[in-house]
Amino acid sequence: MNYNWDWNIFFKSTGIGDEIYLDWFISGLGWTIALALAAWAIALVIGGLLGVMRTLPNKWLSGLATAYVELFRNVPLLVQLFIWYFVVPDYLPEQTQVWFKQELNPMVSAYISVTLCLGLFTAARVCEQVRTGIQALPKGQANAAMAVGFTLPQVYRHVLLPQAFRVVIPPLTSEFLNVFKNSSVASLIGLMELLAQAKQTAEFSANIFEAFTLATLIYFTLNMSIMKFMGWVEKRVRIPGLMVEGGK
Amino acid sequence: MIRLTNVHKWFKDLHVLNGVNLNVHQGEVVVVCGPSGSGKSTLIRTINQLETISEGEIWVDGKNVTDPKTDLNALRAEVGFVFQHFNLYPHLSVLDNITLSPIRVKKMGKAAAEQLAVELLDRVGLAHKKDAFPAQLSGGQQQRVAIARGLAMQPKVMLFDEPTSALDPEMIGEVLQVMRDLAKSGMTMMCVTHEMGFAREVADYVVFVDQGQVVEQAKPEEFFSNPQHERAKQFLRQLRSH
Repeated sequence: MNYNWDWNIFFKSTGIGDEIYLDWFISGLGWTIALALAAWAIALVIGGLLGVMRTLPNKWLSGLATAYVELFRNVPLLVQLFIWYFVVPDYLPEQTQVWFKQELNPMVSAYISVTLCLGLFTAARVCEQVRTGIQALPKGQANAAMAVGFTLPQVYRHVLLPQAFRVVIPPLTSEFLNVFKNSSVASLIGLMELLAQAKQTAEFSANIFEAFTLATLIYFTLNMSIMKFMGWVEKRVRIPGLMVEGGK
Repeated sequence: MIRLTNVHKWFKDLHVLNGVNLNVHQGEVVVVCGPSGSGKSTLIRTINQLETISEGEIWVDGKNVTDPKTDLNALRAEVGFVFQHFNLYPHLSVLDNITLSPIRVKKMGKAAAEQLAVELLDRVGLAHKKDAFPAQLSGGQQQRVAIARGLAMQPKVMLFDEPTSALDPEMIGEVLQVMRDLAKSGMTMMCVTHEMGFAREVADYVVFVDQGQVVEQAKPEEFFSNPQHERAKQFLRQLRSH
């Protein structure tokens, strides 16, 4: 293969103002992180609630949560994104529509769409992790808590959730990593996050391999750091005497 | 204190409780025994409504527990329950296991709850373990903490559902000792257990349950020396052959 590698490309001018290509990557990384963190916050809150709902004795509440999961897990992420970005805004009230489509910075409106889409999509997955985490607990735990006169919310708050939370840290870590990886779909509706910036660099400079190598490395480092961080959290909250130290 | 009148329960086609009548008066210790699958665990769990019943009435401390208007949480707060598998909260220290419900249900102050917990731990001989976690204790120790946890609510009645069945033989004694002391302190107790030595020593009477029915109810000395029913005789023969 006849290819001239040039790792200095990132320090060269893009030809736009006094920007260098590295600036594009930094800005892209910023969007990726902003996107993933906001989507993850939505996913945790909504997914946590739905997960609890699925374990409740009330058939309506658990049915509602089940329906949500089925809807959001069975439609491809990309299709959901196009719906949030192209279809949903058309059904907003007139004024909001004008604001969203015309007055708002297009980057920000894309950001809102992707954050909602990715947050709600991941919520369905978080819901399932939380549900299994709660259901994995021995039935005696809920019984013991009820036997001393706890209300159902107290049973969850003091007995079930603190235990389920620890059980689901490893699967939730995977979901957290997925949010970062899935955030790259944003490039398809014009949000200039990390992947979009890599593509743009490749097109502008013709240094395709360098551009995508750097993007890959950044995603990899980002996810490795999250894994390390979550591993640390897991260790911090480990129950003495109960959970064996794994994966050392 | 506890009164069951014509209590029935079906699990689908299975008639688990078949017209149970039972009375436990204040300060009495009643031992419930019977072959496995006889419904004795279900029976004791209906008293604080961890199991619902299909028919009949259950009264605890003058309150009808099967009446939907009864505040079940308030009632459960007055009825201590000790499980076969202890069911301590694994994520909390021994001290927090005991103080959790007094603080959250009875709205007791933290300092008062901790003082009470230490007293109770002392009573079950585990004051030195207050900062340990359940998984760091032996089965017998966990069950003694579970008893202390039940007592922390200052209940009017204590229910025991096979408290020693999941224990290694050498740990049964320490749990029975705690229960014996409790009985002598005047606590109203109902215990599902096969520990006949315990029954003989502290029970006011023994209730023999088979196939969802109370077959025999007698003072321990009568029950053990002169059981009336064939099924009770057979059950005692099997126990002794071990």
